[in-house]
Amino acid sequence: MIHKEKRKKGSRSKTIFYLLTTITSCFMLVPFFWMVVTSLKERGALMVIPIQWWPEKISFKAYQELFSIDFPFARSIANSLFVAGMVTFITVMSAAMAAYVFAKINFRGREILFSLYLATMMIPSQVTMIPNYLVLKYLGLLNSFTGLMLPSIFNAFATFMLRQNMKSIPDAYLEAAELDGASHITIFFRIILALSKPALATLAVITFMGAWNDYLWPLIILTERRKMTLPVGLSLLNGQYSSRYNLLMAGALISMIPILIVYAFAHRYFEQGLSIGGIKR
Amino acid sequence: MVYKKGQKITTIMLFLLPSLLGLLLFSLIPIGSSLYLSLTEWDVIGGPPQFIKGDNYLNILKSEEFWRVLKNTLYFIILYLPLILISSIAVGTILNRKYKGIAIYRTLFFIPVLTSWVAGALIWRWVLSPEYGVINALLGYIGIKGPGWLYDKTWAMPGIVLASIWKDTGFFGLIMLAGLQGIDPTYYEAAEIDGAGRWGKLWKITLPLISPTIFFVTVISIINSFQLFPQIMVMIIDRNFAAGHVFVERIYQYAFKYYKMGYATAFSWILFLLIFLVTLLQFKLQKRWVSYDT
Repeated sequence: MIHKEKRKKGSRSKTIFYLLTTITSCFMLVPFFWMVVTSLKERGALMVIPIQWWPEKISFKAYQELFSIDFPFARSIANSLFVAGMVTFITVMSAAMAAYVFAKINFRGREILFSLYLATMMIPSQVTMIPNYLVLKYLGLLNSFTGLMLPSIFNAFATFMLRQNMKSIPDAYLEAAELDGASHITIFFRIILALSKPALATLAVITFMGAWNDYLWPLIILTERRKMTLPVGLSLLNGQYSSRYNLLMAGALISMIPILIVYAFAHRYFEQGLSIGGIKR
Repeated sequence: MVYKKGQKITTIMLFLLPSLLGLLLFSLIPIGSSLYLSLTEWDVIGGPPQFIKGDNYLNILKSEEFWRVLKNTLYFIILYLPLILISSIAVGTILNRKYKGIAIYRTLFFIPVLTSWVAGALIWRWVLSPEYGVINALLGYIGIKGPGWLYDKTWAMPGIVLASIWKDTGFFGLIMLAGLQGIDPTYYEAAEIDGAGRWGKLWKITLPLISPTIFFVTVISIINSFQLFPQIMVMIIDRNFAAGHVFVERIYQYAFKYYKMGYATAFSWILFLLIFLVTLLQFKLQKRWVSYDT
């Protein structure tokens, strides 16, 4: 009797579970589906009533056009790849170097300096972006990739995350290396970096994602169309061709591919990184 | 701990130099100069900044626009917060089951998190198109005439909220999942013996035990809500459309379209203060509903 009741309850719970799963999956999928379908439509099939759930004639025209219109789309992909790659490298290296000092080398004022790092995390980027723009203006670095990437040399969150990780490396390893006559630089590369690989990978993956998707900062710094990164390029396209949805959807789809490739190879690091980095998105 | 003696200060400096330089140039100096700039009137191109004391702050608080921006932001939060809590708890619960195919489901929710907001907002601008979008078409099938969404002053924000739920559920769902995984299953077994039903277990066990996670998600969501930007810029193309005015968008307009640097920095400090106060308030109120004893 009890057994039967329990089984009935179990199957009802399963039904609710599958119903909920289906509804939520649809909500997630429909926009992607609509993006793909639209990108395969010809211009004339966009604004028709009733809407076409499937293109009458599948066409790759939008993709061809995206690369042939008076808009440096291919260029913006290359720019984004370069900038995101470099920003990741700069952020991770600079933060790792600073984290090594904060985790393993004693000097007077270290803790005060480190609390200063943590304090800066409270100030939202909107407060510092205007003066940052002005600093780069005085350095003559506006509208340049150098200017775009330079602020990445300081990242309090990245430094904090790596320091926490490096603190767990036993001092004995470093002392042994020192007895063998290793320099700071050797110790840093051979021991510290080698032993923090998972943390470095996690940080690299979320930094790459952040840089690849970044919008506001490149929007402010870059003025020339040839220098645009992909999100800025897409938003310009959105203003310029606001009703050419097949073009816009093709662009959106292309912009998603690189990050999905990275995700396919490193999904564990992504999920780890995002749950640690929730605050600093 | 190591290297107390004989360490070369120059080596330490070499390791710290890039980061310290960045701290100075892109954080400390900007924070200081932004405080000063907010007390001035300056258009960058003309002469040096004119010191005008707290006038910018007063003018902002006196402007009808500031209150409208605050109202739009609160409208977003009121709609977004309950929805994101429900959807992320639901997704977290689903991911917590060990059914077949759950990995695909997980990926499905994670793709929007990986996608740039610009691409996501482009998709949603089209999905929400009043005449040719899928949402209104679907509503039409069940006999509802869909609203004008992003072109309608009442429905623009709900449209932005829908897109944001789609974008953020995967992320917050994972955080909820981590909270749910921390619950000791014996609690449920004990409750079942006491004859608790599904709702009883949800309200009496699950929700209280993940209240620290719910608190975390609430704090982060509200901070993010004050900083809406790409979705607004892309989904609402008309910058004069008042229903689409929010903090960061206004700050961007004042600084980089009208070159009113003093006014814009003052606006950004008001935003910081608001975020700070709201967060502080939540930490004060958490005693009433968040329980950390497990």
